[in-house]
Amino acid sequence: MSGAGEMKAQAPRDEIEARAAEFLQRRRFWGWSAEDDAALESWLSQSVLNRVAYLRLEAGLDRIERLAALAPAESKQARAPLLPMMLRIAAVLGVVALAGAAAANYFLRPHDRVFSTPLGGHETVSFADGSEIELNTATSLRARMTTEERIVWLDRGEAFFHIKHDPLHPFVVMVGDHRVTDLGTEFLVRRSPRKLEVTVVQGQVSLDTPDGLSRSHAVLLTPGDVATASAGKVSVATATTRDLANELSWRHGVLVFDNATLGDAAAEFNRYNREKLIVSDPAAASMTIVGTFRTSDMILFAHAARDALGLSIAAKGDDIVISSRH
Amino acid sequence: MSETPHAWRDRHGTGAAVKADAVSAWFVREILPLEAILMDYLHRNWQNPSEIADLRQDVYARVFEAARAEVPDHPKRFLLTTARNLLIDRVRREHVVPIEAVADLESLGLALDSPGPDRVLMARDELRRLQAALDRLPPRCREAVILGHVEGLSGNEIALRMGVTKFTVSEHLAKGVRLLTDMLYGEEPRKP
Repeated sequence: MSGAGEMKAQAPRDEIEARAAEFLQRRRFWGWSAEDDAALESWLSQSVLNRVAYLRLEAGLDRIERLAALAPAESKQARAPLLPMMLRIAAVLGVVALAGAAAANYFLRPHDRVFSTPLGGHETVSFADGSEIELNTATSLRARMTTEERIVWLDRGEAFFHIKHDPLHPFVVMVGDHRVTDLGTEFLVRRSPRKLEVTVVQGQVSLDTPDGLSRSHAVLLTPGDVATASAGKVSVATATTRDLANELSWRHGVLVFDNATLGDAAAEFNRYNREKLIVSDPAAASMTIVGTFRTSDMILFAHAARDALGLSIAAKGDDIVISSRH
Repeated sequence: MSETPHAWRDRHGTGAAVKADAVSAWFVREILPLEAILMDYLHRNWQNPSEIADLRQDVYARVFEAARAEVPDHPKRFLLTTARNLLIDRVRREHVVPIEAVADLESLGLALDSPGPDRVLMARDELRRLQAALDRLPPRCREAVILGHVEGLSGNEIALRMGVTKFTVSEHLAKGVRLLTDMLYGEEPRKP
């Protein structure tokens, strides 16, 4: 056997990497057609050197994008000219001297710290005051924990807050325009594109939400309350102890489904894994299941759905498609 | 060795395709985070720095091929053993340096079976790394990368904003992902 470096007439590494990078940037920033996809597949299957170069740069691109996503959402929506943009990045990075005194209010101050988890990640952060925050999958938050104030901005994702209560220094979680103030100890906050969910496990929490008339009103939440805020409306439901335990099961790396629909269960798995579960028809999506799965056990889940519900499963690229048998 | 296994041609089939994709996923998850360690090993044990990137690529190809047959239990040990074997092969073939120059893995003092570097660095440190990496890009390349990856502009929008052709934007973006990947994966994070 010969070394990989002398396999047949291989293109030089530089050429391979250039080609892989060209595919990647085209797929990310320009139109991508079925023909492009076929050309990529054909190129990848020509040589394992092509494949490892592509996988490596693809992972690099994912990492760049994940880091870039940590810049506060405001800075990205602004579509500002380049220079202020770079200053904002500098500020996010804590390079405060660069940002100057004219910083906007979302600029990080020296004490601010940024924490994030990738897809499928789970991290616990401890603070000097004894408080702990557990970050679930694909979550990003900024924390300003000083002797004067305790504020966390949940920029995306979900976090469980275990807070040392201090009546003189209330702990505040900002989620967009909404403000969650800790009046007790344990609560869960989940931010998704269109809504905010606050679940209280222990103690009390106050949820301030803008009502669209530039005034805000507060809702007091007690243990078992699940508040859902969307489009200026807040609704509060009460969860049973069992519901609460299921809601928090990610803290133990598992998902608990108690008569969840297949559609909802797939959506839960997809919060944790890069490969996606796709339920292709409404009939399958409305079937219900009971069971406990590790967040990474997507394939096991698909097999369980096939065996228990008589559905069929198929691979589509990296994804798994679940559908009714016809 | 150049024979393409069926699973790779039939990527969209069932069963075998999951296995093939699983190797890719394993490679990205377990091997790539070790790149800084691999690069350090290669730099210590190979005299010609201009060949290091080629060696890295060859090591990856060997590891990937081996994982298709059976996914190794200890990724770090397997990666570095593969690197050592590749260097020994090259030394034998080229008679450039005595074989003794290829250090034993153990002599490097690496805790081979310990977990790799923390996969979840504190985001602030990671952001500092990205900033430092961006600073080292050529200016126009950096501008395209920031507009695309940070501001989320499309290729056409970047071309308009920068007043250059789409082709030039493509070149900047392709170069950017290569240089940033080398820095983010291939270099040890500097201690603050």
